[in-house]
Amino acid sequence: MHNKIIEWLEHRTGIQTAIKDFLYEDIPASSGWHQVIGSMAVFFFIIQVFTGSLLAFNYAPTPGEAYNSVKYIMTELTGGSLIRGLHHWGASMMLIIVVLHMLQVFLYGAYKKPREATWMMGVVLLLITLAFGLTGYLLPWDNRAYWGTVVTTQIAGQAPIAGPYLTRLLGGSVGNVTFSRFYALHTVLLPPLTMILIGIHIYLVRKHGVTPAVDDTAPRRKFFPEQVFKDTVGVAIGFLILFMMAVFARVPLGRLADPTDTTFVPRPEWYFLFLFQTLKFFKGPLEAVGSVVLPGVALLALFLIPFIDRGPLVRLGKRTFAFTFAALALLAWTGLTTAAIMTTPKTTEADETAPGAENLQAWQQLTPEELQGLAFFRKENCKACHPGAGKRGIGPDLTQMIPAHRTAAWMIPHFKNPAQVVPGSSMPPVHLDDAGLNALSAFVLKLTPQSEQAVLSTPDFVVQGALIYQTNHCDACHQIMGAGQKLGPPLDGVGERRDRAWLEKHFQDPKSTSPGSIMPPYKFTPQEMDAICKYLGQLPKAGG
Amino acid sequence: MDDQHQSHQVADDLSPTRRSFYIKFIYGIMTAIGAALAAPAAIYLLFPPKIRKEGQWVDAADLSSLPTGTPEEISYQRTRVDGWKVTSEKATAWVVKQPDNQVIAFSPQCTHLGCAYHWDDPSHTFICPCHTSAFSIDGKVLAGPAPRPLDRYEVKVDGNRLQIGPLEPHA
Repeated sequence: MHNKIIEWLEHRTGIQTAIKDFLYEDIPASSGWHQVIGSMAVFFFIIQVFTGSLLAFNYAPTPGEAYNSVKYIMTELTGGSLIRGLHHWGASMMLIIVVLHMLQVFLYGAYKKPREATWMMGVVLLLITLAFGLTGYLLPWDNRAYWGTVVTTQIAGQAPIAGPYLTRLLGGSVGNVTFSRFYALHTVLLPPLTMILIGIHIYLVRKHGVTPAVDDTAPRRKFFPEQVFKDTVGVAIGFLILFMMAVFARVPLGRLADPTDTTFVPRPEWYFLFLFQTLKFFKGPLEAVGSVVLPGVALLALFLIPFIDRGPLVRLGKRTFAFTFAALALLAWTGLTTAAIMTTPKTTEADETAPGAENLQAWQQLTPEELQGLAFFRKENCKACHPGAGKRGIGPDLTQMIPAHRTAAWMIPHFKNPAQVVPGSSMPPVHLDDAGLNALSAFVLKLTPQSEQAVLSTPDFVVQGALIYQTNHCDACHQIMGAGQKLGPPLDGVGERRDRAWLEKHFQDPKSTSPGSIMPPYKFTPQEMDAICKYLGQLPKAGG
Repeated sequence: MDDQHQSHQVADDLSPTRRSFYIKFIYGIMTAIGAALAAPAAIYLLFPPKIRKEGQWVDAADLSSLPTGTPEEISYQRTRVDGWKVTSEKATAWVVKQPDNQVIAFSPQCTHLGCAYHWDDPSHTFICPCHTSAFSIDGKVLAGPAPRPLDRYEVKVDGNRLQIGPLEPHA
């Protein structure tokens, strides 16, 4: 039966012959361990496609949502952090392997005639690997991703002549458009392109055959099984390292991208650090030299190596110049990377998905006052005229206000008497007391294109709970997120210390649960009690 | 020897034991790697997420506004964990107030394939427009392909307020 199926397949498709032709290719007797790296690169590409597809099954490709879905993958899905770990570390290993492959080819002079096109295709594949790294870096949409990409897109903008066009292509300032474009590049355009180019690259390798050593006159051998065995050993070692990394080295996910965060120190992924450091040597008008011209020239030189070095193939031991050149390049890379690492201030950014760290919702990063502002925002139905999401309704998109208007000092007079501050405005005055207006402006200041959607979908019980907290002036004695007084205990993470029954009892008769407490009893309706207890119960721990 | 090198069947001067070791090694490693990838992938896709329980009791309606003995579709806001998001959304239920002020609340989806059914007053039945399942006022299947009676929500009556909870487990 088994044989019959294979026979049928072979007769109709010729697949068996095709596989045999592929496996039983003649290779030089001098082939060996140094040539396993190319196969490893293909293997790691397959790993990236596989793990990337799995991530995409649970990933929401819009800013804000992206962050929440990555956190969901990391903290709520079994095996999710392993899959992301494989993809994250796989990207780094992929790059290392591609560079090692190139280094081997370079040292052996395997790019020489007639293999120039194979080499050039390889350089293009190296660039694509870097493009994968660059576009993928943005997709978790945490501070690291956001700020790293801000710097990268600004660099692209410095390119002579092409700069402004590149900026426009990349979606302008980093936001929805840039995000979508990076996502499309990373998942739609680059993967099939890579497959096609790998296909061409392998076709060219087959066409010209594996490069033999200069003095290799021994009879040729078959690719299978000896060389395939060696390739498999290489692949197995690589995979083992990757798997260990994915299991034991946590992939961090920082805080939600915050364009107003002035404390964050942006850094690119480690393999771009040398470019980052190079940039520091060029100041003023020379900056484009370091950011665009120099890397461009280096890249062109790399691309054209087969035409620069046109001598005949010589023995490995005689390629002193190639060895010196590679050693110097490696030294320069290491030096620049080390310098970049040494000058990076230690980050205090917490890993939001570390075991024990709170799985923070967007609202958990807002103070009670800001949430009270959200309550007013909903009550006054501000959204009817300020629809947000990049749209302009009757009023402007509140996430796109000019900096001069992004202050409470501008907003509060505007709330009280809109037309006086913005002549011609048809906005009705907001009828709130000063504390309410403060809360509303504090909330509006928290609206960014990145956080808007997540913040506006805050559950009702949270908003109600925070409103009760504010109207009862709980902050006169308690602190949440550092806001309020310290007469009573801070309430961050109170849900981990006290259960619901305790809280309810505490509100009704504080002394019954905390003897000596000076807190007055509060008579809440059942709905109010429910909201305030649920809200307090879900407050994150301080510094989480 | 040379002839063998020309042939596609015999490769190299490998001894048969060596050759078979290579082949076993290749298959073994590839299988191991395949398993190391497939197992986490299956777990990742098939295991349910570790859901945080949300407050499942929702204040849904004013009891005095409900007619007695006639099903009424009520709508209310509830929060639901939807993947990576907790959403506040509109939900509906068909409720029937009994003469003794007890309330039955039906999930608004047909137990056949989840279509939204409605109350048909003339025939005094719940009718599903998809495959014409019909249910009595107490949710029993009267006709059509529905496999079980209408699903019910747990309910609590608190003074004059009706609170709706999670679905009752199927009988």
